[in-house]
Amino acid sequence: MAWRIVVGLKDNVRDARGERVRREIREHLGIELRAVRTLDVYTVDAQLSEEEVATAAAGPFSDPIIQDYAINQPLADDFDVLVEVGYRPGVTDNVGRTAREAIQYQTGRDFAAEEGVYTSVQYLLSGDISVDDAERIARDFLGNGLIQRWDIVARADFDSIQGVSVTVPKVTSSTKPEICPVDLEISDDELMQISRQGMLALNLEEMKAIQLFFRQEKVLAARKQVGLGAMPTDAELEALAQTWSEHCKHKIFSALIEYEDDQGQKEVINSLFKSCIMQVTADVRKAKGDEDICLSVFKDNAGVIRFNDDWSLVFKVETHNSPSALDPYGGALTGIVGCNRDPFGTGMGARLMFNTDVFCFASPFYDKPLPPRLLHPRRIFEGVVEGVEHGGNKSGIPTVNGSLVFDERFAGKPLVYCGTGAIMPRMLNGKPCHEKKAVVGDRIVMAGGRVGKDGIHGATFSSEELHEGSPVTAVQIGDPITQRRMFDFLIIARDRGLYNAITDNGAGGLSSSVGEMSEDTGGFEMHLDRAPLKYSGLQPWEILISEAQERMTMAVPPEKLTEFSTLAAEMGVEITDLGQFTDSGYFHCLYQGETATYLPMEFIHDGVPQMVLSARWIPPTHQEPDFPQPSDMDATLRQMLGRLDICSKESVVRRYDHEVQAGTVIKPLVGVTNDGPSDAAVMRPLFDSFEGVVVAHGICPSYSDIDTYHMMANAIDEGLRNYVSVGGNIDHVAGLDNFCWCDPVASEKTPDGEYKAAQLVRANQALYNYCLAFGVPLISGKDSMKNDYMVGDTKISIPPTVLFSVIGKINDLRKAVTMDAKAPGDLVYLLGSTHDELGGSEYYAIHEKIGRNVPKVDAKNALQRYRTVNKAQEEGLLASCHDLSDGGLGVAMAETAFAGGFGLEVDLGKVPTDVAMREDKLLYSESASRLLVTIKPGNQKRFEDLFSDQVCACIGLVSGDEYLKIIGLQSKVMVHSTIDDLKEAWQSPLREM
Amino acid sequence: MAKQVRAVVISGNGTNCEREVANACRLAGAEVVDIVHVAELLSGRVRLDDYHFLNLAGGFLDGDDLGSAKAGANRLCHAVVKDSTETLSDQLQRFIADGKLIMGVCNGFQLMTKMGLLPALGGDYRKQSATLTFNDGGRFEDRWCYLKVDSESPCIFTRGLDGIYLPVRHGEGKFVVESDLVLQEIEAKHLAVVKYSSAEYQSPVMEYPLNPNGSVAAIAGVCDETGRLFGLMPHPEAYLHRTHHPRWTREPELPEDGMGLLLYNNAVEYIRESLL
Repeated sequence: MAWRIVVGLKDNVRDARGERVRREIREHLGIELRAVRTLDVYTVDAQLSEEEVATAAAGPFSDPIIQDYAINQPLADDFDVLVEVGYRPGVTDNVGRTAREAIQYQTGRDFAAEEGVYTSVQYLLSGDISVDDAERIARDFLGNGLIQRWDIVARADFDSIQGVSVTVPKVTSSTKPEICPVDLEISDDELMQISRQGMLALNLEEMKAIQLFFRQEKVLAARKQVGLGAMPTDAELEALAQTWSEHCKHKIFSALIEYEDDQGQKEVINSLFKSCIMQVTADVRKAKGDEDICLSVFKDNAGVIRFNDDWSLVFKVETHNSPSALDPYGGALTGIVGCNRDPFGTGMGARLMFNTDVFCFASPFYDKPLPPRLLHPRRIFEGVVEGVEHGGNKSGIPTVNGSLVFDERFAGKPLVYCGTGAIMPRMLNGKPCHEKKAVVGDRIVMAGGRVGKDGIHGATFSSEELHEGSPVTAVQIGDPITQRRMFDFLIIARDRGLYNAITDNGAGGLSSSVGEMSEDTGGFEMHLDRAPLKYSGLQPWEILISEAQERMTMAVPPEKLTEFSTLAAEMGVEITDLGQFTDSGYFHCLYQGETATYLPMEFIHDGVPQMVLSARWIPPTHQEPDFPQPSDMDATLRQMLGRLDICSKESVVRRYDHEVQAGTVIKPLVGVTNDGPSDAAVMRPLFDSFEGVVVAHGICPSYSDIDTYHMMANAIDEGLRNYVSVGGNIDHVAGLDNFCWCDPVASEKTPDGEYKAAQLVRANQALYNYCLAFGVPLISGKDSMKNDYMVGDTKISIPPTVLFSVIGKINDLRKAVTMDAKAPGDLVYLLGSTHDELGGSEYYAIHEKIGRNVPKVDAKNALQRYRTVNKAQEEGLLASCHDLSDGGLGVAMAETAFAGGFGLEVDLGKVPTDVAMREDKLLYSESASRLLVTIKPGNQKRFEDLFSDQVCACIGLVSGDEYLKIIGLQSKVMVHSTIDDLKEAWQSPLREM
Repeated sequence: MAKQVRAVVISGNGTNCEREVANACRLAGAEVVDIVHVAELLSGRVRLDDYHFLNLAGGFLDGDDLGSAKAGANRLCHAVVKDSTETLSDQLQRFIADGKLIMGVCNGFQLMTKMGLLPALGGDYRKQSATLTFNDGGRFEDRWCYLKVDSESPCIFTRGLDGIYLPVRHGEGKFVVESDLVLQEIEAKHLAVVKYSSAEYQSPVMEYPLNPNGSVAAIAGVCDETGRLFGLMPHPEAYLHRTHHPRWTREPELPEDGMGLLLYNNAVEYIRESLL
């Protein structure tokens, strides 16, 4: 029988969780409740004695100081409507897993396979609400129908003896596992029907390539020998669909593109990935010669660069957009713990050191009707932030750098970028740690979590727009603790040399991880029936492509298998020997001795036909807006500071542990009251050295509405500018490009595909040109190409967005510089020239205009400036340094002032420009490559000498009072605000989030 | 072996701060500092008896899934060391009886409190009389806090200190007690070693954000009556060097060593004087 243990706070204990839920129900749904209290419910479906259950309830499940519990009877009273929310069968229940382990420790007995503990939460709602209101609260706030179920009971209907009836969300399945052949000798329409119905996301050309392959005589003969017929099996089709998915194969980035620019010039591009991204890295490395910092680029789960002679840095940034749209919490949590596995699975493995996160949302205050199936942006905001919070904090990895970017179009798909950096020894057991190779005969060993239906079709799903039939299994919930245990184990196994290669199980599951690793040997033989399952009833193909989380795959030499498995058992990590790496040339999977897949390695990896895309660049025809300069420039500055893209993100930053591991020396919040916006993070990864790691990023999707070429250029410059302003060495830095695009393939659904493809080409051209000019190699990246929402006639496409992340080094972190003004009397300098470049700016946005004059980056001048800034930092000349980005000079000055707690007095007439500009444009132009610097008066001469041949102007000084005072061009005071007022305008918009 | 201060940090199952705690012990001069996975303790290969100074570091034991450190406390109480009848909890009781030192930080403090190791009124190290629960704000927060030290406390870790500045990084840091009597006894015996205060380390404060979680009597950390067991929510191992301080770039006068290190220095000094 199933036991039901309910745990709740004693009457006199404050229910902070309930209070927060009550507040959020009001904010999200506008429903005012008198009170919300919460109870935790454990449904224990196991053979236990009454005494054992009572011990569990009184022991690990409740805290005697603050909680009461009840067994098989209700604890709830004093409410109007009760809502109990629990998981649907098969959804990861982390608390349930921990509860089961706790009982096992206590009884000394393991649970049987079909036994388990399931958790749910009871919300006791008090107030004048109906059951219908409660249904809305459950559906739109407390629960997510994709992964959760709920019971709603009004007070009058509540059984005070039994309570809420017992539900055991156990997965039950009567389907028998089998290998099914699929007939592909059918019409084109029917082929596409198979692709669509099976969620394969293969186009007709790809389906026909598969059809043709299986017609070959020699293929037939080979298949016969392993007992297969002429038809592909379901597992083979699924493996092909997964391997050939946009997510895994990057078909758009590998496409042949016929590009025509606005001058009618035509060009054929054979793979943007090869011709722009890989090429620029090759060219930069060649140009750097002995100074090349790259160790491993584009071939592994993450990029690796040199840190010093003994240590290397690893960095990877991922996106997890589609799952986060469906279940923001689970999607984002899975995103961050999934991204953690990439650096961990790079080379022989690395110790995780920091996370970064960048989210693009619609405004949380969005108040228009939402198209069907979309969650409200506020809910997405809350869920994603919490998911990354739990993923990062519980894993013990500091979140050191990030951004929030807002645009209404992100209502169609939020962008959730998660990055993870790591450090590895340069050499491990006599070999470079960033290299690995499986050898013939190595065992295929899977470690970590078990296999369920989680995330099946995740890889193919993320290659499609969000639509009505998007699968429930695409949603999953990460489990940071299972992963942490696995990492603790694997880092020891790494140091003892117990495996030859390691990779993560991410998109595509075993099919992808084993498929890729076996390229080292040229084949493998894997027994799918040996994989440990979360529940029975999985088909062989489901085991092959399941994306169940927290798993890594290793190539373990047979003679080390015993030591490997003994260590694993001792550390509480489940490992399974699934088969071996071979040189057979075949992707060979079996289920209970029968062959489930038998595909030649070259067909599965290289058989996908190259896509052909057409791209035409017709520039948009925005005009520069014409509006008078506002009369109240103080009010305008406050309005700018309160823009969502500019305002303080402190409420989010504080929810992330940004200093665990005790290495974060420049934190995200800096200044006199620890709340100013840091430009970048500096970390000290080694306790015995003052060499630092610097991490920053740039992202500016608003410029894409004018020209993605300049969007890309500005994102690169912004990343480097942030990096340099804290002290990052501009000659020891690498970049990562993460493209999030809307579908650029012209079709009935996407009539403007050629334009979107041209936007993609232009962004890549800028990526090549600017990385080359700055001398920055790209070491890793990712693309997510179908960020569209399409239900019925409604289509929402995101603005093309590239996150440009940078990682590099500061030789002595004690010379790092923060952005806050340090002392009255210090001189204020502006480095770089200001142009009439407000196209796509925050300032035009408050006037609801886009404009035409997008900022253009002059890389040659910028590079010279950044090198000189580095020199000034090394000499200790800079008191503060702050980059100018969204909101330009006006915003940067305000931030420098209130973060430092000192006013500034600045003369706008001294700002260097090439043409005469209006005061408001001078203040809010977003011209690239500019930095605002303060220095001690005593350093003036040396500082000015350093910048003597560059655009550099002393525009004012740090004053002794509390005013930001800006003198306009007519020598009149145009802004005179207290820094407290400005700070309040900057802090208030998202303070309560 | 002779005259060596031996410190141990337990890791595993979601402990996160073991490396920096070990570093703190080393900087404080401990000759032997081992990070030991709980699996090694359960295998019987490593015993707590071989150390003087036990560190229970911050993290999320078992994800704090049943409430902070609850499942971790359950493991220590029930899991039996291989080839013996002894639990780790039994080893801990012997460690205490031997007059050795234990410091629990954040999740380690939660663990100690929920096992009854703190405040252990009347020397009963198995009876829970206080707990740590959700912050009044209902959220996790990373924030630096000023802590006023009770100079009359028996705590050996805070000897000679008036105030410390350290970060808190928790969602369940609100200290609450079983009854008013427990609080009175804690106060009367000066066991509330550190309290959230204003920047001048003067009086305790209940107001957010100086008091980040709403702890009763602004209590941030407590010791037992011997002063050898100490637990606190703020992280001393997060402030070992001046570059850990959130304002080091604007406060050039900060000393090279961070304030958190002083707690570890006191521990090592005590061991050298009293246990070697």
